[in-house]
Amino acid sequence: MGLLAGLLILPLVGAAFILTLRGDADAVRSNARWASLFTTLGTFLLSLWAWGRFDAASPAFQLVETHAWLTDTIRFKLGVDGFSMPFVLLTTFLMPFAILASWSIEHRPKEYFVAFLVLETTMIGVFVALDLVLFYLFFEAGLIPMFLIIGIWGGKRRIYASFKFFLYTLLGSLLMLLAIMAMYWAAGTTDVPALLQHRFAANLQTWLWLAFFASFAVKMPMWPVHTWLPDAHVEAPTAGSIILAAILLKMGGYGFIRFSIAMFPDASAYFAPLVYALSIVAIVYTSLVALAQEDMKKLIAYSSVAHMGFVTMGIFTMTPQGVQGAMFQMISHGLVSGALFASVGVIYDRMHTREIAAYGGLVNRMPLYAVALMVFTLANVGLPGTSGFVGEFLTLQGAFKANPWVSFLATTGVILSAPYMLWLYSRVLYGPLEKPSLKTIMDLDRREAAILLPLVALVIYYGIVPGPILDSVAASTEALIRGYQSALGTTQTAAAPLAVLQ
Amino acid sequence: MIPAVALPVFGPALPEIILSLGALVLVLVGAIQGERSTRLVNWLALGLLLAALVAVLMLPSGRATTFGDAFVVDGFAKFMKVLALIGSGAAIVMSTDYMRREGIDRFEYGILIVLSTLGMMVMISANDLIALYLGLELQSLAAYVIASFHRDNLRSTEAGLKYFVLGALSSGMLLYGASLVYGFTGTVSFPGIAATLKGTPGIGIILGIVFVAAGIAFKISAAPFHMWTPDVYEGAPTPVTAFFASAPKMAAMALAVRIFVGAFPGILAQWQQIIVFISIVSMAIGSFAAIGQRNIKRLMAYSSIGNVGYALIGLAAGTAAGVQGVVVYMAIYLAMTLGAFAVILAMRRGQAMFEDIEDLSGAARTHPVMAFCLAAMLFSLAGIPPLAGFFAKFYVFAAAIEARLVALAVIGVVTSVIGAYYYIRIVKVMYFDEPRGAFEPMDVNLRWVLGITSAFVLLFWLPGIPSRVLAAAGAAARSLF
Repeated sequence: MGLLAGLLILPLVGAAFILTLRGDADAVRSNARWASLFTTLGTFLLSLWAWGRFDAASPAFQLVETHAWLTDTIRFKLGVDGFSMPFVLLTTFLMPFAILASWSIEHRPKEYFVAFLVLETTMIGVFVALDLVLFYLFFEAGLIPMFLIIGIWGGKRRIYASFKFFLYTLLGSLLMLLAIMAMYWAAGTTDVPALLQHRFAANLQTWLWLAFFASFAVKMPMWPVHTWLPDAHVEAPTAGSIILAAILLKMGGYGFIRFSIAMFPDASAYFAPLVYALSIVAIVYTSLVALAQEDMKKLIAYSSVAHMGFVTMGIFTMTPQGVQGAMFQMISHGLVSGALFASVGVIYDRMHTREIAAYGGLVNRMPLYAVALMVFTLANVGLPGTSGFVGEFLTLQGAFKANPWVSFLATTGVILSAPYMLWLYSRVLYGPLEKPSLKTIMDLDRREAAILLPLVALVIYYGIVPGPILDSVAASTEALIRGYQSALGTTQTAAAPLAVLQ
Repeated sequence: MIPAVALPVFGPALPEIILSLGALVLVLVGAIQGERSTRLVNWLALGLLLAALVAVLMLPSGRATTFGDAFVVDGFAKFMKVLALIGSGAAIVMSTDYMRREGIDRFEYGILIVLSTLGMMVMISANDLIALYLGLELQSLAAYVIASFHRDNLRSTEAGLKYFVLGALSSGMLLYGASLVYGFTGTVSFPGIAATLKGTPGIGIILGIVFVAAGIAFKISAAPFHMWTPDVYEGAPTPVTAFFASAPKMAAMALAVRIFVGAFPGILAQWQQIIVFISIVSMAIGSFAAIGQRNIKRLMAYSSIGNVGYALIGLAAGTAAGVQGVVVYMAIYLAMTLGAFAVILAMRRGQAMFEDIEDLSGAARTHPVMAFCLAAMLFSLAGIPPLAGFFAKFYVFAAAIEARLVALAVIGVVTSVIGAYYYIRIVKVMYFDEPRGAFEPMDVNLRWVLGITSAFVLLFWLPGIPSRVLAAAGAAARSLF
């Protein structure tokens, strides 16, 4: 058993341990949350170890391990490359924060933490699976814990939201399952490295691409199949929203890079204009929709859809800048949106409402909170100096190379993100502190500071020093673009990936 | 002087011989000891099934026929017999406490289960139309009786009568079809029929196949011959329903595979359309009609109709991969069904059984382990990975894609999303709703059944486990080709 299998097993061990806890309710609750905190921290350390053994300069799959599974050609194969390693780290890094954000959970805490730990295994599994069937298994298995998290610990319309989330994503993924089978019969294997070498017939590619698109577009989510996201976000508990926005949405982008572009290059080139169009609609339209929201979580949910629009646009430019920018945008959005939902959770825990109108003037009583939220707001707007800027800039630059009009239209979205975020900030934080219920509100306690401040630091750090993330995906991006272009028969060489920033 | 008439070789039929002789002994035990012997007869019946299981596993590998080629044992037969025996054994284990509480613990139950199982084994091994009918009728007649086993109960007797009348009708159709096939090919033996039928068959053969298909569709409760299923499932005593949903399905599906793949391989294009149609209608009815159900036994009836539809996808493919899909599907379906019924049998407060889905409200808090296991069964029935049900669907869909039945696979996908809705609705009732009071603690027998099936369903995906099941199923499927 290798390192990556250990990453999958460790959270399950923690979950099994929590299941065995007995005793009075308070003790179980306290033990369950400490156990899950230590488990997630242990998983993070283990993933750092994996990161230490990972050679970012090589585009090859590393830490590969294979176990017998369904047949000789459908195996339990794990491995990471430059595209998956950052997501593994993002997942394991954010999980302790999600656990900390759930510290005050009182309703059925044992099951709650078990669900989160199982969810962590499925998320890591998605990123490390090197077999299509195994990938699908983890991709869809995550639905079960998330369905329960939204349905049991969610808000008022939790049942509607959980069913919508479940059925929407299920339909998309099942179409992908059929495509996986078609690939199996066409190529004789579901081994990802082998499939990356396989060239599918052009008209088969079209169908396969559409089936994968159905799944990833729902997961991303792209306009017009994004409607499950606001519901799920609004109803999910804080930690559920953090994980949903920060990691589950990234599975779609990861899937596009790993499968759609790399395995179906002809179809990707053919459908790129469609993706551009949907991305621009997502960027512009959902930004406008976000302006009209009265619920904080819903506003951030719509802003996530808009930000994912940059990701899809960047990926399908098939330029080094676009793909690297999309990767960066996904990591950055993982940190920023996770932090934004955690911030909403902070005041929700105090006031038990997410309505923007219920707040105002918080800066007077919560200066530390105001600073943290300011950083995340500006990062979400894409201000230079925060991590949000780098990804948007690179994807726009890639888009400009591919099609200047796409870049032009998408840039208007960058402008639109400023009003809704700043307006949200000013309505919640500024103005007179009039509402009597807010007069006694307290600033961040130590636990909340421990959640938000590291994220503040990272958001600023990666805004100033984007190199670590970009370097780690550079080799894989170059290999991806090279493979893509040789598949399309063009000889144009990939530009130096980092040139734009120097 | 050695007599001129040679005795048939009994070896391949050893499990059947054990069961038939054993059943006769059980009748004697019951007749001598009367009602006091129920417990003993149940244990002996279980022992017989176990002995037959061992005998099946001990049979030499490879294909063997006996009784003038009417009876065949191959890898496929062995695999399906193991499933049928497990299903029947579980039906006895799960029934004992229920029957005692309901005051219907009669010794006939174990004997009838053994006889019905004997019928199933003959069906699975049938290699000509006569053996097929013999097995089918033995299995069905025993089943009609146990459907109305609660003979003072109106719903139970109604269920038995309904089952009998409609079952007799379907047997008639099957016989009529069989006679047409015999008339146009001149033989009842499956290999003989297969050798005769090549190219474009005449209309008489087609008509015969349609009638045979209709008869078999009734036995596997596939739409549009499914109408009896919800009523019989609801009316029969719950352990009997669990039995109907498990073991006979294995045998009937094995029969369908054997007759279509064994007797009509040359005219795949003709019967493929029939199976595709039956499969689509079953999946659609199984998923749409289940949405409105409040009674969990009726829901399981529609669920089983839908599941048969999915299994038939594999048969429609008509390939070794398809048959492997059917075999895997039935094995996993058996585990899921037995697990779900173990929970249904535990829905009891005081002496009264409850059957409404709403009665499970908040079970996650009153019975966390039971609710967790049932949730695993339901997610598995919905085909969500990493549970076993996903692999079942995976293999039949994969076979359909290989056989270029893409439309069928897409319809299967859409109906499984609809099916997922009603399965997870039960999860919602158990996990999201407020508790309505606890049930009695689960009987030990039911705990065993639920524990074993849950472990199977939950752990199936771990490296090392599925490859063994799949290798066995693959070998079983290849033995037909």
